[in-house]
Amino acid sequence: MTSTSPELRSQDGAARTVLSVRGAAKRFGAVVALDGVDLEVRRGEVLALLGDNGAGKSTLIKCISGVHRLDEGTIELDGRPITGATPTQVRSLGIETVYQDLALFDNLSPAANFFAGRESAGPAWLPMGLRFLRHRGMAAETRRLLDRLQVTLPDLDAPVALMSGGQRQAVAVARAAAFTSNVVILDEPTAALGLRESARVLDLIRRLRDQGTGVVLVSHSMDQVLAVADRAVVLRRGRRVGEAAPSQETLQQIVGWIVGAPPAPA
Amino acid sequence: MIHLMYQERIVTHPGPRATQPERDPEGPAHAPTALQEGVDTTNGLLTSTSGNHESRRVPSSGERAMRVALVALQVGPVAILVLLIVVLAGLSDVFLTLENIGNVLKQSAVVCVLALGQLLVVLTRGIDLSMGSNLSLSAVVGAMVWRDQGSATLSVLAALATGTVVGLINGVVYVKGRLPHPFIPTLAMLTAASGLALYISHSETIQGAPDVVNRVGAGRISWIPGGGSVGWFPVATLVVAGVALVVTLVTRQLVWGRWIYAVGGNPEAAVRNGMPVHAVLISVYVFSGLAAGVAALLTMGKGNAGSPTAGNLAELDAIAAVIIGGASFLGGRGSVLSALTGALVIAVLRNGLNLLSIDPNWQYMATGIVIVVAVELDVVRGMLERRFRSMQAVRSA
Repeated sequence: MTSTSPELRSQDGAARTVLSVRGAAKRFGAVVALDGVDLEVRRGEVLALLGDNGAGKSTLIKCISGVHRLDEGTIELDGRPITGATPTQVRSLGIETVYQDLALFDNLSPAANFFAGRESAGPAWLPMGLRFLRHRGMAAETRRLLDRLQVTLPDLDAPVALMSGGQRQAVAVARAAAFTSNVVILDEPTAALGLRESARVLDLIRRLRDQGTGVVLVSHSMDQVLAVADRAVVLRRGRRVGEAAPSQETLQQIVGWIVGAPPAPA
Repeated sequence: MIHLMYQERIVTHPGPRATQPERDPEGPAHAPTALQEGVDTTNGLLTSTSGNHESRRVPSSGERAMRVALVALQVGPVAILVLLIVVLAGLSDVFLTLENIGNVLKQSAVVCVLALGQLLVVLTRGIDLSMGSNLSLSAVVGAMVWRDQGSATLSVLAALATGTVVGLINGVVYVKGRLPHPFIPTLAMLTAASGLALYISHSETIQGAPDVVNRVGAGRISWIPGGGSVGWFPVATLVVAGVALVVTLVTRQLVWGRWIYAVGGNPEAAVRNGMPVHAVLISVYVFSGLAAGVAALLTMGKGNAGSPTAGNLAELDAIAAVIIGGASFLGGRGSVLSALTGALVIAVLRNGLNLLSIDPNWQYMATGIVIVVAVELDVVRGMLERRFRSMQAVRSA
């Protein structure tokens, strides 16, 4: 069991905790993917989740988002246990995950993408499938949301297929932010993007944080972690090996944790 | 034909796989195929980060040209239909007479209804090969109920119910049986329903159909002027309009329709977004089965009989119509306009070649050529879209 260094856990931080994972363990057959990991996500904070390939980052975020079930450990949202919730339940609790493949519908407009699976429609006495879509309401809501996040798209009616990688990423992140105020988990959101488009997505992440959302950022780019993350947690071989506030001074230490080189894990 | 289309799918899939950021870490390293080169999102963006984007700067006139090209491809099928009509009107004096237009409408009614059912299936990346034999079976059942019970209501209900149940079986076997592709259950149903239709009818046409069915299937509306005392406008076209209206409502206004497009656009994401993907898939086969039942009634009315071979190969016309009309076999794209345009292209082509006394076998070859052209247009559209996307990336950078 690894635990958070006490000096990093300020009173203020504890009060803002929105999501906490305790003693998370997950095995796939003989492979131990997670081995007693603790994680705390706070409101209005970007938490970088770091680690080499196979360190357990993906498993951890999939356990949080309900795709995998933890073998051991607990997950709490605002102090309420949500361990074992299904992906749909987790989403309805305001925890959204943006995977690398974005899960966008290329053939649909941004508005249709935002409301995918939770379409605004009526009348309520009809079964969901037979309800009439509220086209205008959903389009207006989409515009409002994109304005709030300062995302500009060339054409709100065009299918997402016609948008650039950065615009698509913006749509995916904005969709995650659309209905949640609690936690947004981003799995390498800039992996497929050029420099300037990456910068825009990082701006978007900052705006999410400023709105009070807890952001979990999985990234391999230390530059980006330095640029946006308030706190970094490092996993290695399924264990939590360190935590630090990313800065030029702590960078060496963080990289050391990632690759498993001395200085030894905290 | 179908084999070809599935090859297209493998070779030039412009859908989610090509557009998603590479999951495979070695993705960008291995050589892209000639088709993907330069238009793949990931490639385009990598190029722009490596400082190469100066050379790739695209003038906005190029973007405008591409927008125009994309719109042109969208209206392509309608343009083909218009062109066909103009050419045939020039070649034949009879072609644009009300009587002939009425004939084309009447001849196309069955294919139109089948195509509208097939459309919803194709939107989900599926295919319903059983529509033709489902039509035969439903027509035989309808005619037998009419012969044995003498009730028009029961006969109509029996035909519709048969079509719907066959569709339900298709959907349930496909989804619950976790079959790899709807090709398989609907191919099985093609032979099974055809066999059942021949068995219960003892391989003979069941003569007779209810009056109302005959009036709808074969009748003309005499009060629409231009056709003398008989009329030229077929009643069956009203049925086509009704079905088209329902499908328009479903595809454009209902949550169900939105789910159909979503499942076709990205099935995995549809699951992740909590859509009832299994129910949506089953529902489209139920609907195409119901459409086959409606088409069976039109066929019964046309011939005042239920024949166990009435729908032979009709499913291929329906599939061809949807594809010619511009729906994508890769799912998620297509509209009522696609289905109707495609069905009319096929009907006009046949009618025109008939009027010009060209060997009927040419009709099939011509249809084949139109199918290839239509799918090629779809492929080109996908490529243009990806190039357009790279442009956007460069422009926004």
